[in-house]
Amino acid sequence: MKSKAAYLTPYFLWIALFVIAPMALILYQSFFSITGHFTFANYEEYLSSSVYLKMTFNSIWYALIITVLALAISYPTAYLINQLKNKQLWLLLIILPTWINLLLKTYAFIGLFSQNGSVNDFLRFVGLGSHQILFTDASFIFVATYIEIPFMILPIFNSLDELNPSLINASRDLGASNWQTFRRVIVPLTMPGVKAGFQAVFIPSLSLFMITRLIGGNRVITLGTAIEEHFLVTQNWGMGSTIGIILILAMFVVMFLTRDRKNRGGQIR
Amino acid sequence: MKKLMIILAGILALCLVLFGINYEINLKSGSDTKKTLTIYNWGDYIDPSLITKFEHETGYHVDYETFDSNEAMLTKIKQGGTSYDLTVPSDYTVQRMRRQHLVDKLDKSKLPGLRNIDSRFMNLTFDPHNDYSVPYFWGTLGIVYNDKFVKRSQVEHWKQLWNPQFKNDIMLTDSARDMMAVALITLGYSVNSTNYHHLQQASQKLDQLAPNTKAVVADEIKMYMEQNEAPIAVTYSGEAAEMMSQNSHLHYVVPSEGSNMWFDNWVIPKTAKHKKAAYMFLNFMLEPKNAAQNAEYIGYSTPNKAAMKYLPSNVRNDKEFYPDNSTVAHLQVYRDLPLKVIGHYNDLFLEFKMFKK
Repeated sequence: MKSKAAYLTPYFLWIALFVIAPMALILYQSFFSITGHFTFANYEEYLSSSVYLKMTFNSIWYALIITVLALAISYPTAYLINQLKNKQLWLLLIILPTWINLLLKTYAFIGLFSQNGSVNDFLRFVGLGSHQILFTDASFIFVATYIEIPFMILPIFNSLDELNPSLINASRDLGASNWQTFRRVIVPLTMPGVKAGFQAVFIPSLSLFMITRLIGGNRVITLGTAIEEHFLVTQNWGMGSTIGIILILAMFVVMFLTRDRKNRGGQIR
Repeated sequence: MKKLMIILAGILALCLVLFGINYEINLKSGSDTKKTLTIYNWGDYIDPSLITKFEHETGYHVDYETFDSNEAMLTKIKQGGTSYDLTVPSDYTVQRMRRQHLVDKLDKSKLPGLRNIDSRFMNLTFDPHNDYSVPYFWGTLGIVYNDKFVKRSQVEHWKQLWNPQFKNDIMLTDSARDMMAVALITLGYSVNSTNYHHLQQASQKLDQLAPNTKAVVADEIKMYMEQNEAPIAVTYSGEAAEMMSQNSHLHYVVPSEGSNMWFDNWVIPKTAKHKKAAYMFLNFMLEPKNAAQNAEYIGYSTPNKAAMKYLPSNVRNDKEFYPDNSTVAHLQVYRDLPLKVIGHYNDLFLEFKMFKK
């Protein structure tokens, strides 16, 4: 018992210092107005201002689109990689871009999407003429999805990899078609991976901020942008913290909805 | 229990080591009082050869540290523990630092070079009688246009930005104060207005600019304009000078009906340790030849009247960077507004950014 406590001490210290203390500080800050008085006005303003409510809606909406697109691309990709011979190598190739700094990747997209960028060069070459690609919703969603895809593929790939092939053989032996096997056996058994991927993509997407400015040209405003603004420009730390608290709450809601439900029918652990 | 003790001892030892290193560093920077001058300035905001020259002339060693926003600088100085001898806040930040007692009153008898400064740029509202600050550079807010797409006559006034022909063409600077100023000036109000109705009107006016707005960006504006990404941008003269040196199709206009005029100024923080060196450096920078060399290197407008004759004539006579008196008379300097009002400016600007075209 004693030795267990000894092993756990650093973890408890870590969690207390770097998880609980910062969250407590954010909560504390959120009760102060810009002039430094204790108040609930930040929450009142947040819940009554059409600007913040619209921003919340926008954030959730964009995060949802990004997550769904990432899932639509990642699941088949993970499935295909899992069928390949050198799957670890292929997986490595997919993970590789995450080693590059996020900002650098975003800047690369500015080069690709700008008026004289490669994409417009190509469009002009095939006779479609140049288009405004940067600063549109579509380019923002494209870049955000691109950046999030590896975080979706990894957990799905792992759950597919862990899948016992004899279960699929059993399904076939019992007369299920390919589609039925996929629907009734593979999808339910890889649900934990999908949920983990959903968490890993949806939550960071809610608070994206650099991409909204660099690729979205601040025409897409998410909660992350507002937090950045309040801390760095407005110096209204109270309101920034309030939005932070809302994001933390949103995170808990997502975690709760995508939690692993144990002891349910159909799930083999 | 033994393991627990070992781990606790380990953590304590680590803390002690870090504490020791920290103490050592403080001791070093503290005891090194004789021959160093610590300057806290914006990044790339001085000609480095002038620093070398100053070091040669006086024997002082210059430590040059940089910041990228007034707010960041203010926070760091407010927290204390720093020993910057000179720093360079913008106009409204000078006012705020004065109010928060963060800067030292200047002993003007030690600053003979101050008489070189143009009287138009002395004694301004953010620091009456220049008791605390020495003007370093000044500039304006204006319109950059690309002559490949737009003629000068199309963008000489703020109200022309609302012209429907510029749909999705304009890049704006991501700054609440500046963009609200554009709307306020267009409506004929002061850029320091605290009147609720004026601000509400300005906010509506700004929302109408949304269809013409291509993007609201910060430093990237330079890169985009250099790459011909947009025909028009609203930005500061200093940024404009940098863009124009990269792309000869770009030009800068200060609308004659008025605009913001900004100042970056030297101040001596209360925490300064080498005040004598700070005064020496200020006088060194006020010397006309040095000021001219610096202005040529940075590309911003110098307030040093005596330095003008050392500048190349094409720079000196550039109406956009050294506008004539009738335009200067219409330029307004930002005052530090009450936090509540600044909050209001920011909320209205955020609303504009949320406004869908």
